[in-house]
Amino acid sequence: MLTSFKKFLASGNVFIWGCAAGVSISLLMVFGLLLLIMINGLTYFWISDIVELTLKDKQHVMGQLAGREIIPRSITPDRPEGKGRLRVKIGNRDIYGLDFKWVNDDQIVSEVYPADVVLLERREWGNMYARIKTLNRGEAVQAEGNEAGWIALAPLIDAASDLHRQITRIEKVEIGSINADIEQARLKIRAFEIGNPSAPDTRGRGHIDDLKAQVVAAESRYQEKTAELEALRTQFDEYSVVMVDANGREKQIPVGQIIRALRPNEMGLFHKSWIYLANVWSVLSNEPREANTEGGIFPAIFGTVMMVIIMSLIVVPFGVLAALYLREYARQGVMVRLVRIAVNNLAGVPSIVFGVFGLGFFIYAIGGTLDTLFFPERLPTPTFGTGGILWASLTLALLTVPVVIVSTEEGLAAVPREFREGSLALGATKLETMLKVVIPSALPGILTGLILAMARAAGEVAPLMLTGVVKLAPSLPVDGSWPFFHFDRKFMHLGFHIYDVGFQSPNVEAAKPMVYITTLVLITVVVLLNCTAIVLRNHLRKKYAGSVL
Amino acid sequence: MYPSPPVTQQPSQSQPLSSQRLDVPDAQLHSSDNRSSGQAVKLALQQVNFFYGASQALFKINIEIMKNQVTSFIGPSGCGKSTLLRCLNRLNDLIEGARIEGAMLLDGVDINGPDVDITDLRKRVGMVFQKSNPFPKSIYENVAYGPRLHGIRNRAQLDQIVEEGLKGAGLWEEVKDRLHASAFGLSGGQQQRLCIARALAVKPDVLLMDEPCSALDPVATARIEELLFSLKEELTVIIVTHNMQQAARVSDWTAFMYLGEMVEFGLTKQIFTNPSKKQTDDYITGRFG
Repeated sequence: MLTSFKKFLASGNVFIWGCAAGVSISLLMVFGLLLLIMINGLTYFWISDIVELTLKDKQHVMGQLAGREIIPRSITPDRPEGKGRLRVKIGNRDIYGLDFKWVNDDQIVSEVYPADVVLLERREWGNMYARIKTLNRGEAVQAEGNEAGWIALAPLIDAASDLHRQITRIEKVEIGSINADIEQARLKIRAFEIGNPSAPDTRGRGHIDDLKAQVVAAESRYQEKTAELEALRTQFDEYSVVMVDANGREKQIPVGQIIRALRPNEMGLFHKSWIYLANVWSVLSNEPREANTEGGIFPAIFGTVMMVIIMSLIVVPFGVLAALYLREYARQGVMVRLVRIAVNNLAGVPSIVFGVFGLGFFIYAIGGTLDTLFFPERLPTPTFGTGGILWASLTLALLTVPVVIVSTEEGLAAVPREFREGSLALGATKLETMLKVVIPSALPGILTGLILAMARAAGEVAPLMLTGVVKLAPSLPVDGSWPFFHFDRKFMHLGFHIYDVGFQSPNVEAAKPMVYITTLVLITVVVLLNCTAIVLRNHLRKKYAGSVL
Repeated sequence: MYPSPPVTQQPSQSQPLSSQRLDVPDAQLHSSDNRSSGQAVKLALQQVNFFYGASQALFKINIEIMKNQVTSFIGPSGCGKSTLLRCLNRLNDLIEGARIEGAMLLDGVDINGPDVDITDLRKRVGMVFQKSNPFPKSIYENVAYGPRLHGIRNRAQLDQIVEEGLKGAGLWEEVKDRLHASAFGLSGGQQQRLCIARALAVKPDVLLMDEPCSALDPVATARIEELLFSLKEELTVIIVTHNMQQAARVSDWTAFMYLGEMVEFGLTKQIFTNPSKKQTDDYITGRFG
């Protein structure tokens, strides 16, 4: 018995099982997490039917079913243990103050799905579930009743969306550029006044008067635009609907506030699928609303991708140069070994420490100096002396440079000595050998480092909070105004978005799906960025087949 | 045990000279006797010592290598023949702590001298390694690598050099239709000939070959050996080999090394038929090594 057990141990089967179990558990955890995120994130886009519940106390609850559960152990009498309860998204936040409501099973008298209920998606206050009472133009009633109102409402919403687009364009683009002109002129005047030698023009008072005239002209253009806006806004608020909810409460809503009106209960599967895709697209392409809990996450996606790309452009040259020096040029000895240990340990430093360093060194020291040297006219408003996408990218580059150094060194070590000698024996100098043979052969290793660095950087949040990420950025780091790339701007980031929406939001229940969606998008972005690098690496491997042994 | 070496081209006048050379003491080996007999000395080593850090790898090496001849270095593993070969294009410079003493005259100029540009030297002294080492590039780019380094940009000129190099290495017919395919697609023997072509493309005077056939099958080996006969029309070849039949077949001169010393150097025919030292005799008849 004992000998057979010993034999069994010696055969190594236990070891193999242990390894297999390790792999299985890891995979299970990863896929479990992904599955949880996907289920919770992807169901958010689906428009479920609107249920109308009548309760024992004659109250009505109308909304979308958000969940069903067995009431957990409790001692409060109004939550009888062991029975079921429903979680209903009742919307109408402006009436009830809450988005969600729990309804105990035993309170429900009837449960119906009325076909005529309207779901209004609004720019403010979230969804509304109600029926249309009247459609008004100013004070005059245009249509009365749910059906007539519904038919009349649809074209009005389309018109309102057009108007909204126009208003946004005027606000963002036209008034934005006027403001930029005024700011430019103001800065030039200021620069002249403080006698900054680097200011573009110092030709005297006449110049200042010119600039002041420009400001006045721009301000009058601004007045025109404001008037135009005012006119559009009145048009915007011209129509309104009076909605009546399940309990008979009425609410008047300007049509301009409505993004979309739907009747989910009469939609077919195809229509719902179409709405599903439209919802996905709108989250990916729109800006956030309502303290980030609604609307889209486009600025966060953009900020994340741009930051990772800037970081990659910085980290690769530095990491590769450092690795080349350590591996190829430095005299191998105690010193190099110490440096290598230090580099490896750098990868273990908590990321918040890098954030603090970025804040102190990049932002205050370098950014502050840049401001006093090149942008004195803007002070005390900092330009580079405050968090921005450049500093955040630099901080993350610092955070990830050890990864690139280590894998580049491994890549370099894997380049066979024969390649170097072959090149040197043909009369190449060491530099030529590096550039033409060694680095190309080590490229797959370098790209492996880049992949790891990108994955780490895209998911990092803590250092970003100190170096330039904000909850809501007014504009993207890239736009149409010169010089197009604004590296000094603050930006939004998916990782920070998760933290902000999930844990800093006033309306946690409503924000929950947004957290899952943002997580899903972040994972997708990281995977896509990595896939690009992996495809590139495989291409190179094929090209240099046999070089990586 | 060994058949008499089928050396096709023998220096007709060197038999008496060589025996005379072997009789003189080491210090006088580099006399001008050879030149008087009409043969030019390409490379002369005088009292060369080589150290890896504290340990000495080569002891007082004296040798004269004739122009347009094939000279082979034989000897047991670790006897220093590869080290000696790598001294000739200063590839040992790369090794930390390596140190060399003595004179190594290539056409009368010491290659370790301060005025010698190491890349110029390596351009003149090409090398083919034990393991074929084509670069991870196309066949064309492999051969064009050296000329490009040395400043040739003209496409037509490069094309010509590549063709000449590949023809010189006897590879042209096999690869002319796939010059831009990866060099790794070639067989082992072809890769080694590609390395020869690559070395030839920079037009060296001397070609060092460090056991070029040790990883090849007999057919590929035979092709490279044939190649040596045509190569020596143009340049001086020094080949390190473990294979004594090969040394006997391909070389005009043979040097036997043992424990870092040059035991015997002379005409191949003489070394293999009538060696003057007992150690040489023991080695070539297989009694040790």
